[in-house]
Amino acid sequence: MQTVVYDSSFEGFFTAVFEIYEYKIKDPDIQQQGAAHVSLFGGRHTVHTDIAKATRVIKKLEAKLSADAFADIYRVLLSEQPGMENVLFRYIQYALQAAQSVETDYSHPDVLWIRQVVRKMGREKHRMEAFIRFLKTKDGLFYATVEPDFNVLPLIRKHFEDRYADQRWLIYDTRRKYGLYYDLHSVTEVTIDFAATLNDKASLRTLHDEQEDLYQSLWRTYFGSTNIQARRNMKLHIQHMPRRYWKYLTEKLPG
Amino acid sequence: MSERISEKLTILSDAAKYDVSCASSGSDRKNENKGLGNASNGICHAYTEDGRCVSLLKILLTNFCIYDCAYCISRKSNDIKRAAFTVQEVVDLTMNFYRRNYIEGLFLSSGIFKNADYTMERLVLVAKKLRTEHQFNGYIHLKTIPGASDELMQEAALYADRLSVNVEMPTKESLRLLAPDKNRNDMLKPMRYIDKALTQNQEEKKLFKKAPTLAPAGQSTQMVIGATPETDLQILYMSHFFYQKIHLKRVYYSGYVPVSNDNRLPAMGTPVPFIRENRLYQADWLMRFYHFRVDEIVSPQEPLLDAQIDPKLSWALRNLQLFPVDINKADYMLIMRIPGIGLQSARKICEARKFSRLGMHHLQKIGIAVNRAKYFITTSDAPVLKDYQPMQIKEFILNEGSSKYKPNFSPQLKLF
Repeated sequence: MQTVVYDSSFEGFFTAVFEIYEYKIKDPDIQQQGAAHVSLFGGRHTVHTDIAKATRVIKKLEAKLSADAFADIYRVLLSEQPGMENVLFRYIQYALQAAQSVETDYSHPDVLWIRQVVRKMGREKHRMEAFIRFLKTKDGLFYATVEPDFNVLPLIRKHFEDRYADQRWLIYDTRRKYGLYYDLHSVTEVTIDFAATLNDKASLRTLHDEQEDLYQSLWRTYFGSTNIQARRNMKLHIQHMPRRYWKYLTEKLPG
Repeated sequence: MSERISEKLTILSDAAKYDVSCASSGSDRKNENKGLGNASNGICHAYTEDGRCVSLLKILLTNFCIYDCAYCISRKSNDIKRAAFTVQEVVDLTMNFYRRNYIEGLFLSSGIFKNADYTMERLVLVAKKLRTEHQFNGYIHLKTIPGASDELMQEAALYADRLSVNVEMPTKESLRLLAPDKNRNDMLKPMRYIDKALTQNQEEKKLFKKAPTLAPAGQSTQMVIGATPETDLQILYMSHFFYQKIHLKRVYYSGYVPVSNDNRLPAMGTPVPFIRENRLYQADWLMRFYHFRVDEIVSPQEPLLDAQIDPKLSWALRNLQLFPVDINKADYMLIMRIPGIGLQSARKICEARKFSRLGMHHLQKIGIAVNRAKYFITTSDAPVLKDYQPMQIKEFILNEGSSKYKPNFSPQLKLF
């Protein structure tokens, strides 16, 4: 077994795929730089991201897979699942050698695994689109903090860009310490460390728009009174809104 | 001032919540010229403690009403607090909730004050303001008020994504009993008018791309279930009529929640008919997505859906001669009719079998309910189960499963 180490970028992964073929690496174990899991035995091959090499793999795959299936590879790489690179590599091998497109061969364990991870990602993306709650500041910025299970910010970017085109907004992932910022023209990734600011709730509050508290409280009022007590079903409520999201949900926080 | 707004919101959302529709899908409104919002697939932004989705700000403009319909919490003889929003208040609430990503849009209904036109005019005004003054492209669902003028209906369709009239009672006899001031035909008339306008609009769109789109998410309606003695047969044939003849996008079934002491209605404290409501929705799905005909689901011989098992399983047990179905060969349309296999699984099966013959273990991994499906299928590996009688299969499935409704049918006497 040989460990193949890459820089965790999308292009880096495809460079790794290229080099495994190029150097005929047998039984590769693809790992991200800095990952703890590096085999003691066998060799180690370090990949230097090479756009030309990556592009050749991407071109080849685009010819073999549908656009959706190709995008799925990207989604899996954002999932941060251990071992995802190795599954993807086997899948790519399978796709390249097959005469027809293999993306719907659900009897193949790797195809099915990818399908399932993509579904999980899709669910988390959808939850973020649903559960993000913006707060308005005095200077008209709408900001939200999130802590998604997977790295889904790149996947929700377009949704928020299309929808909130006439307001400045910031969505910040507190776990991965980066955010998306929209300045009325375009969305950029920002990596400022907001942790200290965000933890100081009292001073944060002074930054808020004067009507922010009013609308939060109106939303809580609405959430309470639109509930039908005779139909109460907490199990279903929690199934749809898992507890781990509550800390960001205005309606679940005390006023 | 904020207290007054909060009180209005409490009263007018409380009064609106028995309308179960909260869908915000089916439209394709884009965000134009960097305005605010869009409407496409619909997102549930929250779920209330009763487990229902909150997608829209669902409120009444006012709960003052000139009618006295027995089933309605806002009927004029009911001694409750009354309130009315101004047009601007509704606009502000919608905009501010939407900007914070609380909602997909607005669902505005109203009690009838003065007359139909006066009420409808105000509903339309809210939508118009949102669309034209605030460049709001989120979802708008408006109630069409029976008896309002054609011009107002047309204008409502221009600004709204969806329009709806609730027929409330599945038959005109029930309506006459519980809502003596209302007339069945008065409700069907605006539905038919809008249907015609929408069809015409689609023709126009083909000719002139620039023609404005009217209510892209179509129409819906709601029937109250369990307040009156209709059978499931009557209810489902009514839905069938709405889907086929008026091209409604959705029919909602609202299990009656007792809201008043009226001897024409189930008493206060009567449980909400959850199971029946659920079975009706399942039957509705079979009609809309699984290509079932209504007469395959209910018949004059069996006018009620089986409460213990879902209508698809019921159908399969009545039609055992069609089974077992060969998973590796059968047509997609037949595969989707197998109990335990949903639309997505059916599609996956048809895709996957092109690569290799599928066995039970594949089906399990793909995610079908094998415990249910196994009585109705043959695969590449599993032996064909012997011929069971419908009642036996039903017993097996009921005993294996842990249906959330099981306690309702337990033969064991519950003392506490």
